[in-house]
Amino acid sequence: MTGPSSAVSLGASRIPGWLAPGSASGALIALIVLVLLNSFFTPNFATTSNFWNVLLQASQVVLVAVGMTLVIATGGIDLSVGSVMAIAGSVAAVQLGLGIVPATAIALAAATLVGFVNGTLITRDRIQPIVVTLATLIAGRGLAQVISNDGQLVPINEPGFEILGRGHIGPVPTPVVIALLVAAAAAFALRAMPFGRYLLSAGGNPAAARLAGVPVRRTLITAYTLSGLLAGVAGLIEVSRLGASDAAKVGVNIELDAIAAVVVGGTALTGGRATIFGTVVGALIMQVIATSFNMLLVPYAWSLALKAGIILFAVYLQRAKRV
Amino acid sequence: MEGIVKRFAGVTALDQVDFSLDTGEVHALVGENGAGKSTLVKIITGAYFRDEGAMSVEGRPVNFATPAAAQAEGVIAVHQEIHLLSYRTVAENVFLGREPRRWGLVDWTAMFDGAAALLNDLGLDMDPRATVGTLRTAQQQMVAIARGVSLGAKVLVLDEPTSSLAEREVTLLYGLIRKLKSRGTGIIYISHRFDELYAICDRVTVLRDGKYVATRRLADVERIDLICLMLGKSREALALGATAFTAHAGEASATVPLVRAHALQSGTRLRGVSLEIREGEVVGLAGLLGSGRTETARALFGADPIDGGTIEVRGKHVEIRSPNDAIAARIAFVPEDRKAEGIIPDLSVRENLTLAALPTLTKLGIVDRKQQQAVVERFMMRFAIKASNADQKIRELSGGNQQKVLLARWLCTNPDFLIVDEPTRGIDIGARGEIQALINELARQGLGVLMISSDLEELVEGSSRVRVLRDGRDVAELSRENISQDAIIRAMASGSAVAEGAQPE
Repeated sequence: MTGPSSAVSLGASRIPGWLAPGSASGALIALIVLVLLNSFFTPNFATTSNFWNVLLQASQVVLVAVGMTLVIATGGIDLSVGSVMAIAGSVAAVQLGLGIVPATAIALAAATLVGFVNGTLITRDRIQPIVVTLATLIAGRGLAQVISNDGQLVPINEPGFEILGRGHIGPVPTPVVIALLVAAAAAFALRAMPFGRYLLSAGGNPAAARLAGVPVRRTLITAYTLSGLLAGVAGLIEVSRLGASDAAKVGVNIELDAIAAVVVGGTALTGGRATIFGTVVGALIMQVIATSFNMLLVPYAWSLALKAGIILFAVYLQRAKRV
Repeated sequence: MEGIVKRFAGVTALDQVDFSLDTGEVHALVGENGAGKSTLVKIITGAYFRDEGAMSVEGRPVNFATPAAAQAEGVIAVHQEIHLLSYRTVAENVFLGREPRRWGLVDWTAMFDGAAALLNDLGLDMDPRATVGTLRTAQQQMVAIARGVSLGAKVLVLDEPTSSLAEREVTLLYGLIRKLKSRGTGIIYISHRFDELYAICDRVTVLRDGKYVATRRLADVERIDLICLMLGKSREALALGATAFTAHAGEASATVPLVRAHALQSGTRLRGVSLEIREGEVVGLAGLLGSGRTETARALFGADPIDGGTIEVRGKHVEIRSPNDAIAARIAFVPEDRKAEGIIPDLSVRENLTLAALPTLTKLGIVDRKQQQAVVERFMMRFAIKASNADQKIRELSGGNQQKVLLARWLCTNPDFLIVDEPTRGIDIGARGEIQALINELARQGLGVLMISSDLEELVEGSSRVRVLRDGRDVAELSRENISQDAIIRAMASGSAVAEGAQPE
């Protein structure tokens, strides 16, 4: 124990943040190992085109998982993200006649609204997050199909809109740019804005947070609303890439990939801790496994088994570190 | 049982405690927080294993390794929070784990008949097919006791059985206890309510700080002596102790009180508490456990809703419905339970310290790191907070340092009125003195402080005035010249006469 003067940090005696327990360090090491192994053993893995391909494939999960990280940091969960993607996609496809900007805006507003409803039901009416978002998962999927004329495939013939999913900025695919910007913004908000502090307080000790004047309810609603918005963005990218809105298929099961990315990245399901960087790394790990297995012609079923193994291992590591 | 010792990680929780229970006796176990009541009960019922000492049942030495072993000997606990399956029936709960069987299947008829017979035998009017969750708390308690009886209880431990019962239900419980007593069942009765002890118990054993203090027949001991035993004060010589309060906080000068609460009510726990705090004074709030001390603090801070009463700040009526309302009225509150309601364990000292003041440290929606750092450094220095640096997680700090961070959390919001609930409980002597000195200094600078404490020395030496609560009411006010441990204890035991006169109309 040193005196108060040590309030000024002494670099030497400190564990660097990225190595501290609960951070993304484990996931990062795993990602590096995976990439190195694949570079040696998987033909055509270490190529520029595959590099962008992996990032492109991962970008939607990253978007959804960033929102999921915020929700999980509060100790909650959002199962509705896949259905929200479908809603956003359907709304955009149906409304494209109004022009790209209005259609996009309406679609994102719809997605945001679903998130807001989730948050309100959870905080005001005190229904468990898993129940509320399971309900919106089911209802949302139906709603998306209703919007797109009873689940018909709605083709998109609007080259401008297709930039969102298929365009490039320089060599970088547009979805990758969007995902990176969103992740950076979320990481900044968590670190530098009161919202981030409130989020971790509300998730870490809600009773104490309330007594400290933290607007717990507003913070939770914001987290779910943002999760909805980000799922909406992912939904728009998806339909833009496909060139059509398929309300029955868009975003199916993505909540599982997103939760896996969050958990593998080192965010605790119990709430109170969050690492956006870890989540991005987690999503990349999942994608590298999927892509490399695909290239190695390993059956899809086996890649699922390995994914499951990785998730369990990540949670096991979190357990071991918490003493 | 004799000479029971229990240590947790080197800390002695029970030190040489003796306890005996006769057949058909109701024996009360009393003591303030941390006295060791629950540890003793857990050893008796097999949840913990003693480190030293001997235990015997009916003269035979016993060693309970598990609660099941204790149950097999007929020693059964009925807990404060009742452990029952609320979606199952009364009968299922009574026979849980030993359902009557027939051909390997549950024999429902035998189970319901058995439960009905048992309830009838105990004089309980209850349907064995009723779902436990739909019953009132009192009835649920009866079910738990009935379960204990059907397990063949020779010793029943009732841990605060009346804490959530209405008065009429308490009478019902007494009836059941007398019935069990007449059948020779020994009952260990834990309660903070003196009326109950005198109504139902034969003997009382007092524990304090993990040590055995005394065993008395209730018929032979006066309330005030019992309180003295619990608090560890001799009635004759209530000498001044050694706390770090250098001098009494100043008397108030302003005419309009800073905060005035009138007739605060909340359920049965708060039945009309009025008090006033002026600038620059430390008002002590005294009372035994369950007297409404913490509830008063929480009501003032908007942490719990109130059913009645008014709060004025600087002469103006304010509605305080949430902590945010209280914070807006420049009220600060350091709660009793640091872990559950104070710290955010996984956040750093920096984030914990600035949590309440965050809105004032924000520019254009972004936390101003420089300003935040300045505040953190200032308070870490001023309060001598020992942490390796501001980024250390608060859960790694000692209790005293956590408490200092929580005090700092509030003082950096520049409050007018500070409520501290047990500010030095569970804190080592050094940090304790520092915190007491700090409260003293803050009051001298004009802060109004309401200090709740079960440490009488702390109240006597740190308060400008002491308000005494009993059973959810304020029963006495001791002004500066009248504050003494003796006076506080007297008021706790019986202060009604003083109260009626002193109570605001």
